[in-house]
Amino acid sequence: MAGEIPLVDYLVLGDEPHLRASECTACGARFFDRRNACASCGGTDFREVRVPTEGEVRAFTIVSLAAPGIPVPFVAAVIDCDGTSVRGNIVGTEPTPENVRLGMKVRLTTFPIGVDGAGTEAVGFGFTPQEAN
Amino acid sequence: MAEDVWILGITMTKFGKHPDKDTMDLASEAARGALADGGVTIKDIGVLAAGNLMAANASVGQQLQKQIGQTGIPVYNVANACATGATALRTAIMSVKAGEADMGLAVGVEKLAGAGLLGGANRAKDADTWEPKGRVGAVAAVDGRIGTETMPGVFAQIGMQYMHEHPYEGAEFELFAKISEKNHAHSTLNPLAAYTKKMSLEQIMGDVMIAYPNTRPMCSANCDGAAAAVVVSDSKLRTLSQEQQRRAIKVSASVLTSDPWQEACQVLPDVNTLTRNAAATAYEAAGVGPEDLDLVELHDCFATAELVHYDNLGLCEPGGAVDFFNSGAPWRDGRLPVNVSGGLQSKGHPIAATGIANIWEVCHHLRGEAGDRQIEGARVGLAHVIGLGSACGVHILEKAA
Repeated sequence: MAGEIPLVDYLVLGDEPHLRASECTACGARFFDRRNACASCGGTDFREVRVPTEGEVRAFTIVSLAAPGIPVPFVAAVIDCDGTSVRGNIVGTEPTPENVRLGMKVRLTTFPIGVDGAGTEAVGFGFTPQEAN
Repeated sequence: MAEDVWILGITMTKFGKHPDKDTMDLASEAARGALADGGVTIKDIGVLAAGNLMAANASVGQQLQKQIGQTGIPVYNVANACATGATALRTAIMSVKAGEADMGLAVGVEKLAGAGLLGGANRAKDADTWEPKGRVGAVAAVDGRIGTETMPGVFAQIGMQYMHEHPYEGAEFELFAKISEKNHAHSTLNPLAAYTKKMSLEQIMGDVMIAYPNTRPMCSANCDGAAAAVVVSDSKLRTLSQEQQRRAIKVSASVLTSDPWQEACQVLPDVNTLTRNAAATAYEAAGVGPEDLDLVELHDCFATAELVHYDNLGLCEPGGAVDFFNSGAPWRDGRLPVNVSGGLQSKGHPIAATGIANIWEVCHHLRGEAGDRQIEGARVGLAHVIGLGSACGVHILEKAA
């Protein structure tokens, strides 16, 4: 086993996988990408913060038609993690309108997405319902 | 205070598939049509603004001049996502307002038939060695793995978010499908629409699912088309014929906004705040309110988008978009007809043409020239477009007093 690498750098692996955000120290705005400055206030000082791993579904869609090479159907969603909005797929439940609800409580989960030539496993993330339905 | 600007001539081509016409054929048809409609020629025009998104680096404005008249005037080639047409029009309006020209021409043109799904790229095979790339250090494609980049999926979430913020007891899928049913019904009266077939609720809900709750007929139709407008200063208009003055439509407000930062706006595009800001600015500039509007053409790129813009444009009480729709108000015989052209879902959405074509629709009614689909006695109308990224254009138009 040559180790793991996260799908994106804001996914922190380890014993307690979680997402991290860059938070503007001046205004508190949070971002997931490499920043030049804060889009809210123009500040340039950021600190890394841990995003709560539990949240609720604020919006979702079930994508049945995607670009070639992307497996469908899947559930794309916006999760409100205690005030920080996160983009992610809903996994661990059938992608049907009966199984996904607005306001549904979900928690972060990680899963392997593939192994490269050097044997390194890439790990992705999604959100799974907190209660079986 | 800059002087008023009027729309002197305006036209749109038929939207749909035009395999025998290239971008310049469509742009020339629309531009020459607008000039003829205004009773002027290319020699009268002092500024040209040309919108095209798919070939945004191709200097479409100069290409057009080479077909219809190289008069040496300044040309602005503009691209601003789905607000490209409105941006071109506003560029011409600003030039006239600034006093740099007394007459301007704006053109929006797009060849989009058969473009298929917009947003998101084909997923390439994963690399042999994981290597973090880009602003989030992604080792592999994220579309489909972390949400969706497709337009139908993004706008589906925008509609669903509204349903979360304003809980609805009924069935959301059926509600959104009914909005589409309205627009397809309206399209039957519009000979320039790409699709003019009435569709039943069952047909719409039973069609191919693209991104729940949007089925295919609930998505805007990619197609070819162009639209163009001639704008003129108030003082110049006063020198023209009585007939030109009678048919001229006053631009009471021309507003363009971008999205101000909001929590989550870089996670799911926020199409609401910039539309609200544009609407508020436009109503203030025009000195009218939503209650004064006789018709609205709004950016129904997806059925899920139309709903949120009832609220964003202030057509209903805050949070009351579902009640507004269910009251029958936005049907053509309702209190405030919305998208009597058939909207983007049936009229079609040749991106850069859309932001001028919706103004043509409103002008057509204000002039009393809309034939079978005329909204009787229309005096004030609003046209709205939104492009992701984001850009929002709102124009308020008024019949000459």
